[in-house]
Amino acid sequence: MDRSVTIIDYGIGNISSVRRALELCGATIKLSSDPKVIMDSDSVVLPGVGAFADGMEGLTSRDLIVPIKEFVKSGRPFLGICLGMQLLMDSSEEFGEHEGLGIISGKVSAIPNLDQNENKIRIPHIGWSELTTSGSDGDTWDNSVLEGIPQRSSVYFVHSYRVQPANRNTVLAITSYYNHEITGVIRSGNIYGCQFHPEKSGHVGLKIMNNFVNHNLG
Amino acid sequence: MRKVRLTARLDIKGPNLIKGIHLEGLRVLGDPQKFAEKYYNEGIDELIYMDSVASLYGRNNLLDIVARTIDKVFIPLTVGGGVRSVDDVNKLLRAGADKVAVNTAATKRPELISEISRKFGSQCMVLSIEAKRKADGWECYTDNGRETTGLDVVQWAIQGERLGAGEILLTSVDQEGTKKGFDLELVERVSSAVNIPVIASGGMGTLEHLSDVIRKSGADAVAMADVLHYNRFSLNEIREYAINNNINVRSFNEDGSLSHDN
Repeated sequence: MDRSVTIIDYGIGNISSVRRALELCGATIKLSSDPKVIMDSDSVVLPGVGAFADGMEGLTSRDLIVPIKEFVKSGRPFLGICLGMQLLMDSSEEFGEHEGLGIISGKVSAIPNLDQNENKIRIPHIGWSELTTSGSDGDTWDNSVLEGIPQRSSVYFVHSYRVQPANRNTVLAITSYYNHEITGVIRSGNIYGCQFHPEKSGHVGLKIMNNFVNHNLG
Repeated sequence: MRKVRLTARLDIKGPNLIKGIHLEGLRVLGDPQKFAEKYYNEGIDELIYMDSVASLYGRNNLLDIVARTIDKVFIPLTVGGGVRSVDDVNKLLRAGADKVAVNTAATKRPELISEISRKFGSQCMVLSIEAKRKADGWECYTDNGRETTGLDVVQWAIQGERLGAGEILLTSVDQEGTKKGFDLELVERVSSAVNIPVIASGGMGTLEHLSDVIRKSGADAVAMADVLHYNRFSLNEIREYAINNNINVRSFNEDGSLSHDN
């Protein structure tokens, strides 16, 4: 049976690739900001590119904050991608201090722009980086969106800010950029976030999306 | 450590992929979609589409081609040519582009760089620079290297970064299509002048050219055209060469692929 996935429409970002990738995984897609549609779907994706404050404003002005919080309580799979992942956190320091959804505890802060030798590094972090386990108790990839993904698989990142969860056990996968740790994937029960773009990460990314759509996660 | 990105650059005229020398004297190679899918399946890291006749029509004509591409290709796609306004960017992003490359309009009105990066994020805003050597340094050109702007390439790159560009696509008009290698000095000068990634474009004819531009010039990414379109090397050969020469590129395992039947 086809799984229904709602992509939350909050006026942010280009969703055509997310949509197409989910369709390829057999999902029936709705693009919506209607609370009822969101609550009725098997799973929900919060995409997003752009600034944190614009993202929160997009959610607030469409009255989406309560529906998102209600959905994640239902135990069904929820995936935030890039900005969509960052919005799950308590707060972000991008262009001032901004409050987030507070669904996963932690903050969003800038990737340091210096390496260990105090040399300037390229920001944004753009390109393919390898995912590895985080070394925490919660980093088993089985029964998660990363099931079957080999260690050190490369996925596509493009961002200047990184997520720093308060609870290390919510970090499922990390990557490294000039030896700065970047949170790649977070998980808290049924709630997932990817800092990278699975819809732009070739076959590995499609496999992650396929896990999200078709596995019984949670 | 960061990985060097291998990108394929497809210059497109009407419905066709074309290839020229010094961005001119065009030869028709066929349907860009076929090339895009082939490169994707062989593990290219990114694609760049440039509308080579956009300035003739005053707009980008690649919307349909972009929409077709993202149906099958799940890697980042940069689209350039004839991007003049925030509205143009919006249309391309909605069609499925991830980034836009802007040249002419930015040289005429630099604030456009800030407008695009404020609205869509700096990661969307690729500053495209067509550089030609002059007695001392390089000058920025537009319209496939035909029109001069009077701007100094290194100064313009620095200004572009300050205004909010997230990447620089740096094409050497002198080297483009010659297969004689990248303009290493140009790439080195720009690359060390800015803190945003630089994509070196124009001139790759051999595998040594790839290692030269990474090692000697510090490029973050290379744009390959001729070398791929004429199948001079396969992406596997290029990747293998890179790995054997300690250039960090994405490992690509076709075994891990999902079926694309749908």
